[in-house]
Amino acid sequence: MMERPHGRTGVSSPLPGPIRKPLPAQLPVVSMAKKGTKSKQAAAQLPVVSMAKKGTKSKQAPPPPAVAKKGSKAPPPKAAKKAAKKQKLLESSDDDSEAELQQLQEDSDLDVPSDSDAEELSGSDTEADEFSGSDAEADGAISSGDEGEEDEDDDDDEEEEDEGGDSDDDSLADDFLAGSDDGSGDDSGLESDESDDLEAKSRAIDERKEKMDQDAEEELQTNINLESDEFRLPTQEELEEEAHRPPNLPNLKRRISEIVRVLSNFSKLRQEDVARKDYVNQLKTDIMAYYGYNDFLIEQLTEMFPAVELVELLESYEKRPPECLRTNTLKTRRRDLAAALIPRGFNLDPIGKWSKVGLVVYDSTVSAGATTEYMAGHYMKQGASSFLPVMALAPQEKERIVDMAAAPGGKTTYIGALMKNTGIIYANEFNEKRLHGLLGNIHRMGVTNTIVCNYDGKELPKVLGMNSVDRVLLDAPCTGTGTIWKDPQIKTSKDIEDIRNCAFVQKQLLLAAIDLVDANSKTGGYIVYSTCSIMIPENEAVIDYALKKRNVKLVKCGLDFGRPGFIRYREHRFHTSLELTRRFYPHVNNMDGFFVAKLKKFSNTIPTTSEPSKASEGAAEEVDGSSDDEGEKVVCDEPVKMKNHKGTKRTDERPSITKDTEDKPVPDKPAKQLNNRKGKRKTDGPKSNETIGDGKEASHEKTEQLSHTKKSASDGTKKYGPKSTSGTKEKKPVSDKKRKRKWQFKLRRDWEAEKKSDKRRKFQ
Amino acid sequence: MRPLDEKETTMVFEKLFKFTGPNLKHLLERPAVEGPDPEPGRYCLRLHKNRVYYASEALVRRATAVARPRLAAVGTPIGKFTHHGSFHLTVHALDLLAAHARRRVWLKPDTERSFLFGNSVPKSSLARITENTKSGDGVVVMSMSDVPLGFGIAARSAQDCRKADTNAVVVLHQADAGEYLRKEEELM
Repeated sequence: MMERPHGRTGVSSPLPGPIRKPLPAQLPVVSMAKKGTKSKQAAAQLPVVSMAKKGTKSKQAPPPPAVAKKGSKAPPPKAAKKAAKKQKLLESSDDDSEAELQQLQEDSDLDVPSDSDAEELSGSDTEADEFSGSDAEADGAISSGDEGEEDEDDDDDEEEEDEGGDSDDDSLADDFLAGSDDGSGDDSGLESDESDDLEAKSRAIDERKEKMDQDAEEELQTNINLESDEFRLPTQEELEEEAHRPPNLPNLKRRISEIVRVLSNFSKLRQEDVARKDYVNQLKTDIMAYYGYNDFLIEQLTEMFPAVELVELLESYEKRPPECLRTNTLKTRRRDLAAALIPRGFNLDPIGKWSKVGLVVYDSTVSAGATTEYMAGHYMKQGASSFLPVMALAPQEKERIVDMAAAPGGKTTYIGALMKNTGIIYANEFNEKRLHGLLGNIHRMGVTNTIVCNYDGKELPKVLGMNSVDRVLLDAPCTGTGTIWKDPQIKTSKDIEDIRNCAFVQKQLLLAAIDLVDANSKTGGYIVYSTCSIMIPENEAVIDYALKKRNVKLVKCGLDFGRPGFIRYREHRFHTSLELTRRFYPHVNNMDGFFVAKLKKFSNTIPTTSEPSKASEGAAEEVDGSSDDEGEKVVCDEPVKMKNHKGTKRTDERPSITKDTEDKPVPDKPAKQLNNRKGKRKTDGPKSNETIGDGKEASHEKTEQLSHTKKSASDGTKKYGPKSTSGTKEKKPVSDKKRKRKWQFKLRRDWEAEKKSDKRRKFQ
Repeated sequence: MRPLDEKETTMVFEKLFKFTGPNLKHLLERPAVEGPDPEPGRYCLRLHKNRVYYASEALVRRATAVARPRLAAVGTPIGKFTHHGSFHLTVHALDLLAAHARRRVWLKPDTERSFLFGNSVPKSSLARITENTKSGDGVVVMSMSDVPLGFGIAARSAQDCRKADTNAVVVLHQADAGEYLRKEEELM
């Protein structure tokens, strides 16, 4: 008797284990024989009843356990149920019973899968199951059938286990069959020999017991259904209802995890006739409600990550970021620092194999920013992800480095420490208000080889000179979507416009950074671009843009962990070398969402608008001959640039437009350039004239080269816009300064038309 | 950014002399580490917006490219000229002074906090003091683990310190590392 509870109440056991054991034939046979007729009569009802029970219990009608009353908790798979039923069939030797059971099985199998069917069933038999009031009739009709079936089952069970009367003592839910088994089995056996009255009485008792069992079973089923495999999307009414009530967070969380589960095994777990899109939309709505993100961010994130990973990411953003310290190797060593901090109540560990200076603080009695060691400049509080761009940059001693967005100074001081205060660092920060923090950190950490200035990064090439430094670190201003755990406001405040603006600034800064670097530097020639954002328009798109606009190529970051960047995303196709960039996520690496890319500049010439024309190549030769003289370089580029005139910058922007970025810079640029051009043109008159003379011939060469160089300079790009624009520019020869100016003004107007005609020509 | 003139230079050197004594010339004549040039230059002092910066010549040369309103700092600042023309050393000079100063004072561990909050050093906090300290000498205040905490002027000579009361001031506070946290506008 005790076994039965296990069999029935065991959580993961498939359909009645005990029942599967071969049964002695007597009792069941007897009961079958006796109740054959009844059971036959009931047979028609049986399936209905059992189906009803199962159907009603679960909204989503999980395949009802073959013997619901047996109390299988985990909705057994249909196959298992079928198997179980078949076994039961085998076990029960009676043909009638077999027939019944077969019917039962078929009905149950047929009815189970679909909600509609279940609902129909449940509709028809709901009363029987769910409302005790109607139980009387239902029971009357059903019970006989149930009884018939149950008797069989009960008998089976009984015989497998001990036939005892202890079942009555156990809870009905656990052991209902045992009780009824005893009574019905014995009674039926007796009654067949004796009067019908006894049988009727016992049947009544059995019915009552069965009814209670059924109720218990239903409860079980409802509980099971909550955990059932099948998940049903909430209907419109339910959603509206929810909208009126305050958000039920556990419910939302549950629904989110359910939908994720369905999506991960969609073909098996889906509701029929419900499209994947519906699930995804519901998931998005739930995530927005539960985690508090705005539409835009959720759209972007669902495009980037599969459902399971998305939830992991969002969960990790809810946690507190780990606190990290970086040892200042100018003043101390990590070992010594740890030895000094631990007695102060810090619980520290080295941050990982990948860094020799990092420490992660699990907890501390004092704030990490208030210790004597901190004030003495022995360490810096810094996020783990901030180590990465500097490690990728790998500054050497006695190099010239520029940090274009230096505040608050963590990376600058790390660079200084790596260089051991040799060489020179230009630490630039655009925002005056953040300057004092930068200065404080630099001086506190004892970095002495810095020049701190307050420029807009785009101006730096003019101030410091083009091609004048060895390495540049650009930790670009971004939307900060990788640091949501530090600043939850980002969840709701970012929009497509923010990303576009940031991407625009980032592109300009990156081009300026590239212009600063000297490709012929003996030890350097590298630019590291990093952002604390995970959005593709700010990361891969910017790098791709730079690859097209300048003579740079991607190289390995030197970071062996982290995911490679995207090569393709939705409709975008980036250069294949973008695999060398690295992405970091909080749920993978336990650090801020981060992106790092390392570029190597292999030539100081600027490919003008995606076409390295022969004139520019000729100019390039001149330039290469001279060292990094800004004047000469400008001169050589002048003629080409003049031909392309204002459009140069504009065409530089064009590719970005095709990449669905901003149009803002266009109107401003040409004006500025005009002024520059004017100043330079005066000095460069003769040289420009020379090139002008060759201009017409050069234009043809240029067009040819265009395609050629286009392929070489920008592999994998599909931009024809710039080509055409540059082509048009070539055609216009520049004769003298004044005419150039007027011509330039004209070009502005006619630019579009020429572009179109060029396009047509090119494609021919 | 311009080199200091006579008067300014004397004022700066006077203050520094209190700490370094004859070592002062060492300060300016040691080979410079900074700068990308292979041959080390020397260090020099430059004045920019009333602050005096101590930087190597290579750095200074390159800093001339930066426009005056845009330059924030070159090398390390060591002090600033007040409105009426006197010169005060600031906490940023701590590393430099700690390297070159002759007189040091060590504080007991529990009393570090008090000094870092800007208080002067009473005799009770004193753990060690350099032997031949005279009154009026510049002193660098260190912790027992040889971490420089700040600097000041010795109020008493070493012998007097032994005889003094426990609460008598031994070192007059001039600057301490806690100012990095307390005074954000230090450099601006």
